[in-house]
Amino acid sequence: MPQTTNGAAPAGAAPAVAPILEVEGVTLQYKTKEHLITATYRVDFKVYPADRFVLLGPSGCGKSTLLKGVAGFMRPVEGEMRLKGRRIEEPGPDRVMVFQEFDQLLPWKTVRQNITFALRNGGRCSRESDADEIAMNYIRKVKLNGFENTYPHMLSGGMKQRVAIARGMAMEPDILLMDEPFASLDALTRRQMQEELLQLWDDTRFTVLFVTHSIEEALLVGNRILVLSPHPGQVKAELNTHMHSHANAGSPEFIALQTRIHNMLFADRVLEE
Amino acid sequence: MADVKTDPIERPEFERPSVGKANTADVARPLSTLEKVANIDPVRKFTVLLTAIVAWELYTRVAKVPPLIFPTFSDTIVALWKGFTEYGLASQIWASVGILLAGYVIGLAIGAALSFIAVSSRFGSDILGTLTSMLNPLPAVALLPLAMIWFGLGAKSLIFVLLHSIVWPVALNTHTGFMSVAEPLRMVGRNYGLRNIRYVVKLLVPAAFPSILAGMKLGWAFAWRTLIAAELVFGAASEGGGLGWFIFASRNEMDIPGAFAGLLTVILIGFFVENVIFRNIEQGTLVRWGMQSS
Repeated sequence: MPQTTNGAAPAGAAPAVAPILEVEGVTLQYKTKEHLITATYRVDFKVYPADRFVLLGPSGCGKSTLLKGVAGFMRPVEGEMRLKGRRIEEPGPDRVMVFQEFDQLLPWKTVRQNITFALRNGGRCSRESDADEIAMNYIRKVKLNGFENTYPHMLSGGMKQRVAIARGMAMEPDILLMDEPFASLDALTRRQMQEELLQLWDDTRFTVLFVTHSIEEALLVGNRILVLSPHPGQVKAELNTHMHSHANAGSPEFIALQTRIHNMLFADRVLEE
Repeated sequence: MADVKTDPIERPEFERPSVGKANTADVARPLSTLEKVANIDPVRKFTVLLTAIVAWELYTRVAKVPPLIFPTFSDTIVALWKGFTEYGLASQIWASVGILLAGYVIGLAIGAALSFIAVSSRFGSDILGTLTSMLNPLPAVALLPLAMIWFGLGAKSLIFVLLHSIVWPVALNTHTGFMSVAEPLRMVGRNYGLRNIRYVVKLLVPAAFPSILAGMKLGWAFAWRTLIAAELVFGAASEGGGLGWFIFASRNEMDIPGAFAGLLTVILIGFFVENVIFRNIEQGTLVRWGMQSS
């Protein structure tokens, strides 16, 4: 830990470990052709090492925008985001993003080359042979051995997302940013991928910031959930969900929490009606 | 319809303990030889070519078309042979192709530079957009009289005219290609630390390659036509030469089969570049990467 002086001390019974990511009072805005949209309004949260931190909210709550902000693609108009105490200014390989879209893979590179491309350009490996070795290691981790020399267009959607995850993990970033990575997959594959992600996490204990609009997925994947309200995105709640997994999905407690979050998100709408 | 509500009929359930082997030969039946041959692209194209040649030969013979108007295919082939053996057609071809290649390489470089400027800033993009929409519709040959005053009767004038027909389609297509690179791919590039020229070369160019190659094909086709047309006015060099000149000279001597042989050469070279060179580039890149179906 290079910098331990983290300004203000965490309030309440916060853990003694320094957070990896701090988001403080962040307001994000972007322009469309006709409007200036406020995507999030004064959002605060902290992500600690080995967190599976989920940003949950309906569409329009600015969760993806928030992730882009952390990735460095957007500057906040208000507030600050710090990674390991350093202010986030621009995109960098210490925060790797995994997208929902399948076209995040370079179609002109094979599975292995997609990963070595990241390793070499991201400055993690200067020698191609080292990059190859790391790439193969992560290809085995996501169970794609045998496909290392295949071009992305030959792969199924689930396999493409695995390559993207392997590419992200191979970089060993401080934090892995996942923007609804399983949203384009069919239900069966999605469930399998959620389980595999949790298994990978169990092996290496990386830190991940995961965006989803599915309450169920949030409960399954995350250990802590930030619930955001829409237009603009504001923090509604921060909940612990480490006790929930595929094993107890469907149990009364699981459903109760699911209903609670659902009511939290849609309470306003019910009142309006 | 809404009067009677039909309920679904309840039927007994069943479950098969094991599913037997599918009793059909068509799970993966190999195609017949004829089907396979018909799937080979060059075979189909050569069939079209062959049919055209047979129709040409038959028509000119049966209808007894005067050779001074439209010679037969066989006469044209004889003239082509004579062209190579007696009139130095090979060196004429070389003169044309040499100038074309020189113009093409320079044109690609300028086109690439323009699209790089255009992608770097909005102002650059405006410059390219305006220039292209102004100059692209202008036929290259129309510049030839001026080019002859500026650069004299020679290769320089021809190359200048060629540049005009190559630069705009190449720059326009490359820029369009850059602009249509998917947002996640762009973000991936920047996420892994690519900036400026490395971002363009390592990410934008390969991602936009379908469009870039389309521009290169278009540039080539425009240039080839422009060159032949320009050579009809004067030769590849000041003393005369080049394929266009060969066609013009043959006609002047009323050697119509010779003029046809020249035209046939123009077509064959165009066919070769399109269907062999560009086709192979496509197979090795776009088709392999799944950016284009074979």
